[in-house]
Amino acid sequence: MAIPLKYNLRNLAVRRTTTAMTASSITLTVTVFVVLMALAQGLQTSLTATGHPLNLIVMRDGSQSETQSSVQRDALQTIKYLEGIAKNEKGEPVVSPELVVLINLPRRGQVQGSNVTIRGLGPEGFAMRKEFKLVEGREYRSGLREVIVSKRIAERFQNCGLGDRLKFAKGYWTVVGIFDAGNTAFASEIWTNADDLAPDFDRDAYSSVLVRATDAGAVQRLKKAVADDRRLHLKADTEQEYYERQTRTAAPIKFLGIFIAALMAVGASFAAMNTMYAAVARRTKEIGALRVVGFSRGSILLSFIIESVLIAALGGFMGCLLALPINGVTTGTTNFMTFSELAFSFQITPGLMLAGMIFAVLMGFIGGLFPAWRAAHENIVTALRST
Amino acid sequence: MAKSVVEIKNLSKIFQRDSFSVAALESIDLDVKEGEFLCLMGPSGSGKTTLLNIIAGIDRPTGGELHVLGEDIATLSEDALATWRNVHVGFVFQTFNLIPVLTAYENVELPLLLTKLSAAERKEHVLMALKLVGLADRIDHYPRQLSGGQEQRVAIARAIVTDPTLVVADEPTGDLDAYSADEVLDILSRLNRDFKKTILMVTHDPRAAHHATVVRHLEKGQLLPVEN
Ligand SMILES: Nc1ncnc2c1ncn2[C@@H]1O[C@H](COP(=O)(O)OP(=O)(O)OP(=O)(O)O)[C@@H](O)[C@H]1O
Ligand SMILES: [Mg+2]
Repeated sequence: MAIPLKYNLRNLAVRRTTTAMTASSITLTVTVFVVLMALAQGLQTSLTATGHPLNLIVMRDGSQSETQSSVQRDALQTIKYLEGIAKNEKGEPVVSPELVVLINLPRRGQVQGSNVTIRGLGPEGFAMRKEFKLVEGREYRSGLREVIVSKRIAERFQNCGLGDRLKFAKGYWTVVGIFDAGNTAFASEIWTNADDLAPDFDRDAYSSVLVRATDAGAVQRLKKAVADDRRLHLKADTEQEYYERQTRTAAPIKFLGIFIAALMAVGASFAAMNTMYAAVARRTKEIGALRVVGFSRGSILLSFIIESVLIAALGGFMGCLLALPINGVTTGTTNFMTFSELAFSFQITPGLMLAGMIFAVLMGFIGGLFPAWRAAHENIVTALRST
Repeated sequence: MAKSVVEIKNLSKIFQRDSFSVAALESIDLDVKEGEFLCLMGPSGSGKTTLLNIIAGIDRPTGGELHVLGEDIATLSEDALATWRNVHVGFVFQTFNLIPVLTAYENVELPLLLTKLSAAERKEHVLMALKLVGLADRIDHYPRQLSGGQEQRVAIARAIVTDPTLVVADEPTGDLDAYSADEVLDILSRLNRDFKKTILMVTHDPRAAHHATVVRHLEKGQLLPVEN
């Protein structure tokens, strides 16, 4: 049997100030790590959560985002009548030709602006997005220069509240409704009628066409049909594929998170190492006594590593707790694929907390390794002669 | 004729320190029989602790022959030696060396954690050992809550709890007042008399020597001939 755990726990309690200080350096590291990863996680989720599996976005072949794409009006007629497209109650194809443009709007409390996506939808556009929910006001009516604004944009940008008048393109637009789109990319958009938007931006063509397939088999057939029609120069991606591609936006945040956390981890590991070296020095004589009684070098090594890991686990636990309140807090960043504002929430998952704990334990292990090695390899006679 | 517990022939120990070396022990011949209470005396620096450490398997000789309980312990690996100590030797120090964060009970239980005994069996052994040293009522006390004499008695309980053949004690009364010293010496005598433990004790105290069956003197690393 190994040296009992209570030996370590009580030693940690005896020097509780040092324990707390060492743990807190690990707490800080884990907090920063979890918060930054929660940012990346939230961003990623908001993009991967967007899209209906049977929705396809038809765009110009080679374009990365809807804003770069254009689909001519005559192409729309071809797309509409492709085999495999779902029909509504009236027997019309479930298809939404859409126009996506960016406008620069000032943020609340700031002078400089950010790009915000304005999406002009076809009549079927609402029904095709299950996440859409009007929470205030009413839907826009065509021909009246009315828009509805997502809740997150309304909160974060000037003149975007219900009843406000918003100036862009050729004049003023009235905000008649606020909508919620859950944790999806649509939650960062302003919506209006595509046919109202087009003349204001002097656009003849649409940006994309959203089509609903009848079933999974039809999704594949539609993709192929669009790609095979050489005259169109279009491609069809599922909505989910399209938004998943944009999760690349999260990569730099992840990288930054890991980089900063790694830097801090070096510091925290050294703090743990210092503490453990001091502990070993103070307890040299009793380590000698433990060896005399028959405990092996291995069990001494293990015991001190465990002690260091215990400090780190405490710090890691505190770090996760400290990071927890950020869960669900909304923030925004520029989507590097569309160059427009993407609002999303920090997301702390159980997996992320586990990663934080593993990270903490790793710091404790690395910090404890050398001091524990010294404790285990001290000569018994020398250890007993120490004071 | 009783069995030999310790057989030493021409044993030496040289401490190498940077440029010069110290011969702590030179050509030691010693035979300790089972059931003896041997008292080792001598001036400071004469090598008493060094000899005791070598016999107890916590230090290694640099020359000569050494058998303890029939085992050539100088050739054992570090881990094998640790197990050997756990099974065969109980060690009592001048400064007690109890673990401060463990209670009397937990300190005495430590060597038993390395055995195959169940928790219930361990408890039985620990309570028996603590009763033997007269501290059955102090099992939950931490070392700092005990007097020096009581601490040393807990240390003795820890040394005998595995029922070792050999008990070694390095100036066990060195840090104690006369009354506590007598208590400790009485316990050691009793272990020798009633429990047939072979005891090796280093001491400066001539009164302590009265409890011994054999007294040997070391001087400058050499064992003086038996006097009588
Ligand atoms: N680890 C060591 N390294 C170097 N020299 C040592 C070491 N241990 C003991 N010595 C030397 O060996 C000699 C014998 O020391 P030892 O501790 O055995 O003496 P002792 O008889 O126990 O003395 P005391 O009565 O003071 O305890 C001394 O000269 C001491 O300095
Ligand atoms: Mg000594």
